[in-house]
Amino acid sequence: MQLTKEQQALLDGERGEEMSKIVKTLVMYGDAFGAERMVPVTSKYGHTVISFGLKVMKPVYQLYQQLIDAGISSAQEFSADPKPLDPNVPSSLIENIVFNKIMYTEQESYEKQLKKLGLMNDDAYTCACYQDEVGNKPGRGEILSWAESSAVVYANSVLGARCNRNSGIIEMFGSIAGFVPEFGLLTDEGRKADWVVEVRCENKPEAQLLGSAIGMKVMDAVPYVKGMEKWLGTELDDAACTYLKDFGAATASNGAVGLYHIAGLTPEAKDLGESLIKEGAQVYVIDDAELKRVQESYPVIWKDRNAKPQLCFAGCPQMTLKQLHDWTDILEAKLKANGLGKVTVPTVFTAPPAVIKAWEKDVIYAQRLHSMGVVVSDICPLMYMNNPLCKKKAVITCSNKLRTYTSARFYTEGEIQDIITGKEAAK
Amino acid sequence: MKTFKGRVICPGTCTAEALVTHGGFNTLASYQMAIMFGDKQVKCGDQSNPDIYKKPMIGKALCLPLTIGSTTGGMILYTVCSLGKQPACMLFSESIDSLAASGAILSSVWTDASMPVIDRLGHEFLECVKTGMKVTVGEGGEVTVDD
Repeated sequence: MQLTKEQQALLDGERGEEMSKIVKTLVMYGDAFGAERMVPVTSKYGHTVISFGLKVMKPVYQLYQQLIDAGISSAQEFSADPKPLDPNVPSSLIENIVFNKIMYTEQESYEKQLKKLGLMNDDAYTCACYQDEVGNKPGRGEILSWAESSAVVYANSVLGARCNRNSGIIEMFGSIAGFVPEFGLLTDEGRKADWVVEVRCENKPEAQLLGSAIGMKVMDAVPYVKGMEKWLGTELDDAACTYLKDFGAATASNGAVGLYHIAGLTPEAKDLGESLIKEGAQVYVIDDAELKRVQESYPVIWKDRNAKPQLCFAGCPQMTLKQLHDWTDILEAKLKANGLGKVTVPTVFTAPPAVIKAWEKDVIYAQRLHSMGVVVSDICPLMYMNNPLCKKKAVITCSNKLRTYTSARFYTEGEIQDIITGKEAAK
Repeated sequence: MKTFKGRVICPGTCTAEALVTHGGFNTLASYQMAIMFGDKQVKCGDQSNPDIYKKPMIGKALCLPLTIGSTTGGMILYTVCSLGKQPACMLFSESIDSLAASGAILSSVWTDASMPVIDRLGHEFLECVKTGMKVTVGEGGEVTVDD
């Protein structure tokens, strides 16, 4: 790799041993992928996936403390993934003891570290930092040093920014150094599609199911998806962006997709069309039967697969303002049709702190959802469920990411809405 | 006995028993419960991976196509290495992915843990090696499988 004079000086220790090791790490990272140079990080803000102060992750916090003690901080402010705890989310006494006394004992001190390193503000904890209310929305072509698989795939695909699927810690190193190795999704060639996905469903496919099917098939490749125009249109409006948020998260967590193109919709597909498809790209045809097959392949690891759901999470990745509105309308109508006033399963919707603030300003909508018994939280449900006690709990979700990493059982959005408003959809 | 040649990401030599996954190795899903609750055998917690679910991973020659899933993956590998709970080596049939590379490189630069990492061993490697076989990693990216 060719380094600039300034980069070489950093590697040689001009700014101390820690900075030298940060640059060494970035150089080795680039070398593994044939990068020939570093390129400047051009986005205003970074984003880190590490938002949790888990006792077992002490080596990470010790590393960050080493950097802070050496006077190192990020060259750009950054947002961070959601926090793992929220007292408003239903939990038992034992769970609270496990959360606060065993698992997340480092939370408070880690949040202090994040502030020292350059966290944007106290509301910057969200996995969906690209939402307008949050304010970390990069422009097309900007180079990012982000981690968080759902945010990276959204930034690349929907916003047209350029970011590799960086790991936690590496993303912080890029934000500290102000440069990242140029390879993969940072290059024109790396953004070309290895797969063509032809969607031939009769009805609009569930975003989280379609994304799951594609992720499991293409793994870390770039898919070019055809056949979605009739449902998503050709403009990236609120509805399309919300769909793609959930779709992308499933491609990234059920596989390792960092970028997808949607024919006629996402920025590069709109400009470059099928010239984005590599010669010899493989083809994957998805119809309703294939989606059914994929959904039925998900293992159910509840002890009693007929258990009555005890908790429902929706919003992984965190919901948009539009989703909060839509779900309020749908739940209200379904509860009314069933002669009920409140949801019959304890239910948590998650959204970014800034979205929740905007939501609460709309007093009537917020009150309607609240009166149905739904908790709106900025928590990370994945972190909440990251303990053995939750394994014994019958948690349901419409998030394929949450399903992948926890014992939560997946249902489509329609099925979830039926379950929590009293209709018996659990089989 | 069969020998394969790959590319060295992190140097080192070792001999260990193979643990083979044919699907992508989801680092977070595989490690999260084991490291959080101090499982000494570091059993795989990824329910979606029938090849290695509930099998001990510590000290094994982890043979895989690539890693998938959350971008915490590299940080998890770094933590696993810092805690001395890493596999004996990681042997990729394909080119290494960015998350696994991050974890391997972070561990190499910032910890004393030894975990040779070799990639580009080819599909034939993953077809040949079976869980339980003896695998030896030599200098220069040679990997020998004893059947």
